[in-house]
Amino acid sequence: MEKIIQNIDIKAIRKDFPILSQQVNGKPLIYFDNAATNQKPSSVIHALTSYYSHDNANIHRGNHTLADRATAAFEDTRKAVQQFIEAKEAEEIIFTSGTTESINLVASTYGRANIKEGDEIIISGMEHHSNIVPWQLLCEEKGAVLKVIPVNELGEIEFSKFEQLLSEKTKIVSIVFASNSLGTINPIRKIIDKSHQFGAIVLVDGAQAAAHLEIDVVELDCDFFALSAHKMYGPTGVGVLYGKRELLESIPPYKGGGEMIKEVTFENTTYNDIPYKFEAGTPNIADVIAFKNAIEFINKIGKETIAEHEIELLAYATEKIKKIDRVKIIGEAKEKVSVLSFIVDDIHHFDIGQMMDARGIAVRTGHHCTQPLMHQFNIEGTVRASFSVYNTKEEIDELIISLEKIIKIL
Amino acid sequence: MSINEIQDQIINDFSLLDGDMEMSNIYLMELGQKLTDLPEKDKIEDNVVKGCQSKVWLTAELNNDNVVFYADSNTAITKGLVSLLVRVYSNQSPQDILNSELYFIEKIGMSRFIGTQRSNGFGAMIKQMKLYAIALQAKTE
Ligand SMILES: Cc1ncc(COP(=O)(O)O)c(C=O)c1O
Repeated sequence: MEKIIQNIDIKAIRKDFPILSQQVNGKPLIYFDNAATNQKPSSVIHALTSYYSHDNANIHRGNHTLADRATAAFEDTRKAVQQFIEAKEAEEIIFTSGTTESINLVASTYGRANIKEGDEIIISGMEHHSNIVPWQLLCEEKGAVLKVIPVNELGEIEFSKFEQLLSEKTKIVSIVFASNSLGTINPIRKIIDKSHQFGAIVLVDGAQAAAHLEIDVVELDCDFFALSAHKMYGPTGVGVLYGKRELLESIPPYKGGGEMIKEVTFENTTYNDIPYKFEAGTPNIADVIAFKNAIEFINKIGKETIAEHEIELLAYATEKIKKIDRVKIIGEAKEKVSVLSFIVDDIHHFDIGQMMDARGIAVRTGHHCTQPLMHQFNIEGTVRASFSVYNTKEEIDELIISLEKIIKIL
Repeated sequence: MSINEIQDQIINDFSLLDGDMEMSNIYLMELGQKLTDLPEKDKIEDNVVKGCQSKVWLTAELNNDNVVFYADSNTAITKGLVSLLVRVYSNQSPQDILNSELYFIEKIGMSRFIGTQRSNGFGAMIKQMKLYAIALQAKTE
C-alpha cells in the first residue's frame, strides 16, 4: 500500500483532468462511471484543439505541408497502437469508430466470407450486446448456430462447458477479455489455445481490458482484437481492430469508397493494401491523432502501476461495501478489473443512481448492455462503480457513506 | 382547481427546497408513497408506459365527465414524478387536459427527466395521458 502512494501522485494526476475539478449538484464531482467512458487528460484535449488550429488537412491524398503533417501524425498513432498491443506490424492496426464497429467489421467480412450453414460461433454469457448482435445477424443470414458459454454464479465462464461446446463445426469464438458489468477477467489465453486446436479463429473484445491489462496480441495469439479509445483516456469515435496480416489480407473489404481502393474503373476495382483496404472514406483524423496522447498518458504512468492502483481501489471498495446490510455484489470472480457491480435488496438501482447523482457521484445503473447476463442473475440491472487511475480512496469512502445514507432514507 | 393552479401549487411547494437535488428526490419519494397503489390486477404489460430503467403503469377512467388517472412505478423517485402528473391531470376534463401546457416540470428543475434516455417513460407518460383523454372524450360526447 505504501509503495503505491510513493509511486503515483494521484493529486498531480487529477490536476491533469480538468473535468474532475467541478461541482455537480453542489458537491465535488466523483466520477465512477469509467467503464462506460473515462475522462481525458489535458494532453488529449490539447491535441484535439492543436490539430484543428495548426495541422488540419485530409490525409494520405494531399500534396502539401499540412496534409503531410496530418498524415504523419495519423500514422504515428497507428505505430503507437501497434506497440501498445505488441502487434508485429503497424499494417495490422485498422482504425474504426470503436469496439462495436470493429466486431461488426469482422462479422460482416470474415464472417460473411467464411461462415456456412451449420457452422457454429461461440460467445460467452457475459458479452456486451455489441459482441452478441453482430453474430446473431450473421447466423441468421447464413443459417449458422450461435452457442453460448455459461457463466457461473461468481460471474466466471465455465471452462469445461466451453470445451464441450467446441467441435469441428466451431468457426469463430468471440469473447470478452474483461466484462463491463461484472469485471471478470476471462482466461483468454486458454480459450484461444483451445479454440485453435479446433481450427476456429478467435476475436477478443478488449474494450474493458485495453486500459487495465497487459496486452500482447502475438503472445495471446488472438486472430482479432477490438478496443475503443474512449475507454482508455482517449477521444470518442475511435476504435481499433487488430487482425493477423494473413487474415486481413484474405478477407474482403468492409465498406467501399475513397482511400480503400488501388484503382477504380467501372468494370473492375482493385483494393488497396491493408490497413487502408478497411478504412474507406475520410477517417476520424483529429481523434485518431489525439488517441496517441492517451496512449502516451498510460505509458508514462505505466499500465502496471495504473492497474495496481485500480485493483487496490477495487479491493478497498469491495471490502467496505460487503459490510453494508442488504447489499449484494454481482460478479465475484477471482480475477477482476476495477468494476464493482452491486444491488441493494428492495431498492431499485435507478433510485440509487438518482440519489448518488444528487450527491455528485456518477455511477452507472441498468443492464449495462448485457441483458442476457442480467437475466441469468435474475435481476433487471445493477449499480456499477468502476475506477480509473484518478480515483481515490477518499472518493470511495464518500460512495460508501452515501450508499449507507441512501439505504437508510429509502 | 384548474390544471395551472395545481401546477403553480407544485412549483410553490418545490421552491421551498431551493433546488437541492437530494431534498427534491426525497420529497418526490414521499409524494410517491402517498400515491394510491395501483391494484395488482392492473399492473399488466398492457398498462405499461415503457421507460428505460423504470417501469410505469397507467390507467384512467371517467368520473362525472372528468378523467381520473391511476398510476404506479417500480422505482420510488419515478413514482413521485408520476404522482405529480396524476395530481395535475386527475379530475380534469379531457378538453382541459388536451389544451394544457405543462410548465411545472421545468420550473421544479426536473426537465432532465424529459427527453433523456432514463426518462423516456416520463415524456411517454404525458403523451399516454393525453391519449387517454382523447379516448375518454369520445365517451363523453
Ligand atoms: C465489453 C464491451 N464491449 C464492447 C463495448 C462497445 O464499445 P463501443 O461502444 O465503444 O463501441 C463496450 C462498451 O461499453 C464494452 O464494455
